[in-house]
Amino acid sequence: MKTQIKQVRTTLTATLLKPVQLGIMALLCGTILFGCSSGDNESNSTEAQEETGIAGQEEAPAEEAPAADNGKGIGPVTTVEVGAEIDDALATTGQSLFEGKCSACHQLSDQKVVGPGLAGVTERRKPEWIMNMIINPEEMTKKDPEAKKLLAEHLTQMTNQNVNEQDARAILEFLRKNDKAS
Amino acid sequence: METLINKLKTAAPKAALLMALATGAVLQSCTKSDGGNGGATADALSSDAASAVYVAPGKHDELYSFLSGGFNGQVSVYGLPSGRLLKIIPVFSQHAENGYGYNEETKAMLQTSHGFVPWDDLHHPKLSRTDGQTDGRWLFVNGNNTPRVARVDLKTFETVEIMEIPNSAGNHCSPYPTNNNEYVIAGTRFSVPLDMKGSTGDVALDKYEEEFRGSISFIKVDPKEGDMELDFQILVPGFDYDLANGGKGPSEDWVFFTTYNSEKSGTLKEIGASQNDKDYLAAINWKLAAKYAKEGKLHEMPANYYHNKLDKNTHTAKSTVKKKVRYLLPEECPGMMYLLPAPKSPHGIDVDPSGEFMVVSGKLASAIPVFSFAKMQDAIKNKQFDGEKNGIPVLKYESVLKGEVKEPGLGPLHTEFDGKGNAYTSMFVSSEVVKWKLKDLKVVDRIPVYYSVGHLMIPGGDTKEPHGKYLVAMNKITKDRYLPTGPELAHSAQLIDISGEKMKMLLDFPTVAEPHYAQAIVASKVAPNSVKFHKLDENKHPQAAKKESEANVTRKGNKVIVKMTSIRSHFTPDNIEGVQVGDTVLFHVTNLEQDWDVPHGFAVMGANTAETLIMPGATQTLRWVPKKAGVYPMYCTDFCSALHQEMQGYVRVSPKGSNVPIKFSTGKKKQNIPGVASAK
Repeated sequence: MKTQIKQVRTTLTATLLKPVQLGIMALLCGTILFGCSSGDNESNSTEAQEETGIAGQEEAPAEEAPAADNGKGIGPVTTVEVGAEIDDALATTGQSLFEGKCSACHQLSDQKVVGPGLAGVTERRKPEWIMNMIINPEEMTKKDPEAKKLLAEHLTQMTNQNVNEQDARAILEFLRKNDKAS
Repeated sequence: METLINKLKTAAPKAALLMALATGAVLQSCTKSDGGNGGATADALSSDAASAVYVAPGKHDELYSFLSGGFNGQVSVYGLPSGRLLKIIPVFSQHAENGYGYNEETKAMLQTSHGFVPWDDLHHPKLSRTDGQTDGRWLFVNGNNTPRVARVDLKTFETVEIMEIPNSAGNHCSPYPTNNNEYVIAGTRFSVPLDMKGSTGDVALDKYEEEFRGSISFIKVDPKEGDMELDFQILVPGFDYDLANGGKGPSEDWVFFTTYNSEKSGTLKEIGASQNDKDYLAAINWKLAAKYAKEGKLHEMPANYYHNKLDKNTHTAKSTVKKKVRYLLPEECPGMMYLLPAPKSPHGIDVDPSGEFMVVSGKLASAIPVFSFAKMQDAIKNKQFDGEKNGIPVLKYESVLKGEVKEPGLGPLHTEFDGKGNAYTSMFVSSEVVKWKLKDLKVVDRIPVYYSVGHLMIPGGDTKEPHGKYLVAMNKITKDRYLPTGPELAHSAQLIDISGEKMKMLLDFPTVAEPHYAQAIVASKVAPNSVKFHKLDENKHPQAAKKESEANVTRKGNKVIVKMTSIRSHFTPDNIEGVQVGDTVLFHVTNLEQDWDVPHGFAVMGANTAETLIMPGATQTLRWVPKKAGVYPMYCTDFCSALHQEMQGYVRVSPKGSNVPIKFSTGKKKQNIPGVASAK
C-alpha cells in the first residue's frame, strides 16, 4: 500500500499544483481509511476538528500589505486637530500621565535612556504618529517604517502602557509644550 | 468523504497532516503490528485519536480542566482535548515559581492554628455554580491534612481565600457547592474527640466509640464576591466521612455523604472498619439545616481557626483568627438527617443530572446500588425505618433502592454522567471504566485504563447538564506508559471519547503529583474574564511606587525599606548602599508595566526565600536578611526583553554599625534621569 501511494505521489508531483495534490492524496488516504476500518470508527475526527477550541477569536490579525507611508503611523488615530497655542490644562494632565507611564524610559531632553529622548519629537513626527506610537506600540514597531528603525536602534520594544486615545492626546500636548519651551 | 474534501480545499496543509496521521494509524492496524509496549494501547485506541486531540499551534483548547495535585497541594490546569498543561496554581503549598507562600504578601495565606503550614493534600476541586451548572467564577478545593477549604478566583487563576475548618480532622469529604453556591459543604474524614473548647481533647484511644465525633461544615459564600464564612456545623456520629455530593432538581435541597467505619473502630481499620455488611449514606436536608440554624437550634462553642484572604487591591493577604463556632445536633433537628444503608466502605456518591438517582460506589461491593430520591421521600413519609443511630433514623435499604448494577467490575469507585442517560463508573481493582444505562442498570460498554483508576471526570458530569463529549480517567499507577524516570513515575490521566456508543481511548497525559479528582468547563465561560494586567491606578499596596519618582530607600531602625519599580529593562533604583549585616531588607517591587504577560521577577543573591514574580501593575515584597558584608547582585528572573540580562543592579552590604549612609540611584546623576532626583 505504501508503494502504491508513493507512485501516485510521484506522478502528481510532476503534474499538479500542491492543493490539488493534497486533495487527491486525501481521497486516496480516505479510501484506505474506510477500506481498512472495521466500521466503528465512523470517526468524529472532522467534527472534532471543527469544534476544537475557541480558536479563531484570538487569532493574530492577518498580515496586511503595508499602506503607503503617510507619516501618520498605524493605529486608531487618523486625524488630530492641534491648536496654534498650547492647551495648558491638557498639557498638565499630559505631564502627570507622562510621569506615571513614560518617564521610566524617556527623557524630555535629547538624551537616550531606554528609549529615545523626546526633545523635538513633535517637530520630527506628525501628531497622529506620536499618538499611535503611544497607543499601539507593538504594531507600530512591526509595520511602521520609522518605528521599525527605532526598535532596531534601541532594541527594547516600547511598552504598551494601555493609554487610551484621550490620554494619548494629553501626552501629545505635554510633548508640544516641552518642545515649544525649548 | 464529501466534507473531508471540502475541508481539504480550505485547509490543505492541516488536512495533509490529518491524513498522514490517519493513514499511519490505519497502516498499523492493517498490518496488525503490535509495537511491543503498545499492545494494549493499539487495541483500545481509535484510529483517529491523534486528530481528535490535535489542537493546532495558535488554536485554543475547547475546555479548561482543573486537576487536583493530591500531595503537592496544588491544582494543575490542563487544556482539553490536547492534554496540554496550561498552569499550576499553588493553593496550600509554597511555590518557588512565583513566590507564592514565600513573599510577604502571600505568607498569610498559609497561616493556620498550627502555625505556618506550607503544604497540604489537595483532593477535590469543585467549580462554583449558578442554577446547578458551572459558572466559571471560582474553584473551591479542600486541604485534607490540615483541614482547610480554599477558593481560587478564575479571573486571575490565583488562590484568594483559605479557611481553616475547626472540629475537623482530614477534610476529605469536601468541598461540595450547592446549586447556587449558597453553601460550600465540608465533612471530616477522621472523627476526633471534641473537647468542646475548640480543639481535640486528650482522650484515651480506646474511647473512640464513646468520645469521637465527626463534623460537617456549612460555609456560606457571598454571591457577588465569593467570600466564604463558616456559618455552622452539624456534629455527626463518629464515622469516617468520605465524599459528598448534592442533589439537583427535585433533590436540590439535599446533600449526601458516604461514610465508612460505621463500626466506630479506632484501630486496624482495614479489618475493623469492614465488619458490617453495610455502611451508610448520610443524607442531609441543607435547607432545613439552615432553617434550624436561623431558628435558634444552634449551640456555640469556642474555636480557634484561621481565615486568610487576599485583597485584590493591595495584592496582600490578611489572616483573621476566629474564636467561635456554632453547631447543630441532628438528634435535636427532626427531618434534617437520615442514614441509608450502603455497601461497605462506599466511596463515590453521585447524583445523576435529573436529581432522581443517587449512585453509591462501594469499593468492596460487587454491585452498585442506585437509590431513588422519590422512594427515599416516600420511605421518610411512611417511616420505613430500620432503627436509628445516635438519634438519626436509618432507612430500610429496600425501601430506597431503585436497583443494583450487577457485576459491573471490581472495585467500583466513582460515577459521572453524560446527560444522555448513561453513567460511567471507574473500577479501581479491575482498571477499567464501565458504562451503564440509568434506565435499566445494564452494563453496555467497558474500556481498560492504565492503571488503577480512581476518580473519573466528565466536564460538567456532576451538574444538571453535562458536556458529555469527553471523559478523563485519573489513574494511580503508571508503570509502562511513559519513558521510565526512576521508581517514582508521573501519574497519568487518560482522555476518552464518549460521544459515541463505544468509548474510545484518545490520549494519555502525565499529571503533576497524584490526580484525585478534576472539574472541567468550556473555555468560553472562563477565558473572556481572564485578567490581563492589574491597573496601576487601582494598586493600593501601601508600599507601591507607581512611578519611578516614588522609588526610594529608607531606614527604620534595623529595617531597610526599598520601594522599587521595574519596567523593561531596568529597576529603579538599581544601586543601593547603606545596608548593614543583619538588617531586614524589604524589597517592595512594583511592576510599572500595563501590558499583558510582561511580569518581572526579582531576586537577590543569598536570599533564602524564592524570588518574587510581579504581575504588571502589582507590588510584591521580598524579605532579605544579609549575613555577610559585600556587594550583592539583584536581577530580574523572568525574561522580559532583548535587554533582560541587563535588568540588574547591586546592593552594597556594610558591616554592622558602619557609617555608610543610605544611598540609592539609577544611572548617573549628571544625566538627570527621572527618578534619580529624589536621591539625596
